[in-house]
Amino acid sequence: MPQYSAMQRVVAALSHEEADRVPVILPLTLHGAKEMGLSIKDYFSKAEHVVEGQIRLMQKYHSDAYIGFLHAPLEIAAFGGEVIYVEDGPPNSGEPFLRKHDDILSMQVPDVQTNPHLRITLDAITQLKAIATDQIPIVGVVMSPFSLPVMQMGFDKYLDLIYDHRDLFWKLMEKNIEFCRAWTDAQLAAGATAIVYFDPVSSPTIIPPELYLETGFRVAQRIIPQTKGAVITHMASGRCLPILDDLIQTGTAGIGVSAEEDIAEIKGRCRGKVTLFGNLNAIEMRNWDAQTMEHKVRQLIQKAGSGGGFILMDNHGELPWQISDDTIYAIVAAVHKWGQYPIETPEQRFG
Amino acid sequence: MDNQPYLDSFIAALLCLDKDTAKSLVDDMMKTVDPITITNQLVVPALEFVGDCWEKGTVALSQVYMSGRICESLIDEILPPGNPLRTDQPPIGIAVLLDHHVLGKRVVYSALRASGFELIDLGQGLTARELVGLVRKHQVKILLISVLMLPSALHVKEITRQLKPEGVKIVVGGAPFRLDKNLYKEVDADATGDNAGIAVEVVNRYVGEYYATI
Repeated sequence: MPQYSAMQRVVAALSHEEADRVPVILPLTLHGAKEMGLSIKDYFSKAEHVVEGQIRLMQKYHSDAYIGFLHAPLEIAAFGGEVIYVEDGPPNSGEPFLRKHDDILSMQVPDVQTNPHLRITLDAITQLKAIATDQIPIVGVVMSPFSLPVMQMGFDKYLDLIYDHRDLFWKLMEKNIEFCRAWTDAQLAAGATAIVYFDPVSSPTIIPPELYLETGFRVAQRIIPQTKGAVITHMASGRCLPILDDLIQTGTAGIGVSAEEDIAEIKGRCRGKVTLFGNLNAIEMRNWDAQTMEHKVRQLIQKAGSGGGFILMDNHGELPWQISDDTIYAIVAAVHKWGQYPIETPEQRFG
Repeated sequence: MDNQPYLDSFIAALLCLDKDTAKSLVDDMMKTVDPITITNQLVVPALEFVGDCWEKGTVALSQVYMSGRICESLIDEILPPGNPLRTDQPPIGIAVLLDHHVLGKRVVYSALRASGFELIDLGQGLTARELVGLVRKHQVKILLISVLMLPSALHVKEITRQLKPEGVKIVVGGAPFRLDKNLYKEVDADATGDNAGIAVEVVNRYVGEYYATI
């Protein structure tokens, strides 16, 4: 078996081919701050910190991708909203800045190239690209135009908007689509290899499939096919099974799978069509010992690994601050042990 | 009286967000039964059913939220705040710890109000220290805490450490507690619930226990 680079391994998975082993992407956005002995707020204040953090994490764990993503409320900061930093977790968005529905009409779309908050991400991706060359992929992230309003206006007011003020909802979508397109293009131009399209509101956990077809699906169709790079749709722990065929129709190259769904069933339905990312339980894993982790990883690879089209990750798209180094080492070790292609399925093992 | 046909139609109306049909069913029942019976035999079971369906993945959170909102407004019409028929209860507080994602709180708030309880909304984006201060100020006996992120969930422990010795019952909910069924025990909360129907059930139980001990 030839030695694959991380890029070749990930590209093979996205092409539904088997490389040397199952790729593993560790979505470590916060742990770089630990590596550098910085507070999370300080860490995210400069592109150089994020780049150095990603380099140290790569040297330590050998993930199959750099993460060019800082945190979700960064987009809210770009729109002029508040970001609240905590010592032991991802930053949160503050009080929603769209206080009443009519504020949508006066909302200004930020310029992605000059906005100082977004600039940190773009500079980090550019610097990571110089280091990664074409050997290691860089993952960029955008909030979907359909899910961003949860932070822009608050979840309850947003659901009221979707159900009761559909015209105004589309006015907000037009602005968010304009932003999302520019933000996606800018990250790809800076050097991102693929874009994760975070869209939890589209999940059937949050809205019914028929409403998704009228809203989030139509929004995704205006972003994903136009994107000049692979797009991975991620529901951030939300389910996807009831809308799987619709998700595939958006042109997405991959789907983040919830820990609450059977990845084997999903793999059975989308083999050769979209690549699955997932789905270790990021909340539970902080209490798993190495043996439990090995069992979970092995089980996951046996369910979803054969034939390519699978990248091992957590279910949420971000490993919590509370996940220990030992737990992360255990994920990687288990993938190296059980993820070598060809995968031995339980049927093969036990006849 | 067999209320099952009413209940089935009421649930169907809620899931379609058909407030007019839901209201006409309540109005029809009002001709023969009192508002408390409607709460106990129509609204509470309907919200419990919708909550169970969400847990099983057959309805969406937006339907749970809108069902709660419809029921809350219907009950407010037939059983306004301050009505002597409303549930006798100790002070119950509800809050979001550390962040501003209020949907979970809003869903539980509506379900409890639609079930005849009055709640003190203690707010969102609160630190553990601020929340403890508000609970003491309002003499809350049952506290419902909603969180979105794991770090917020872990901070619940600071609250339980201070308030449980004072006899406050603490119920937690939100994504981290749903994804890790043992997390509520780790932070020493009294109970958790994956949906608003369970919250109603738990609060009912704690209200009963409260009156049994005073």
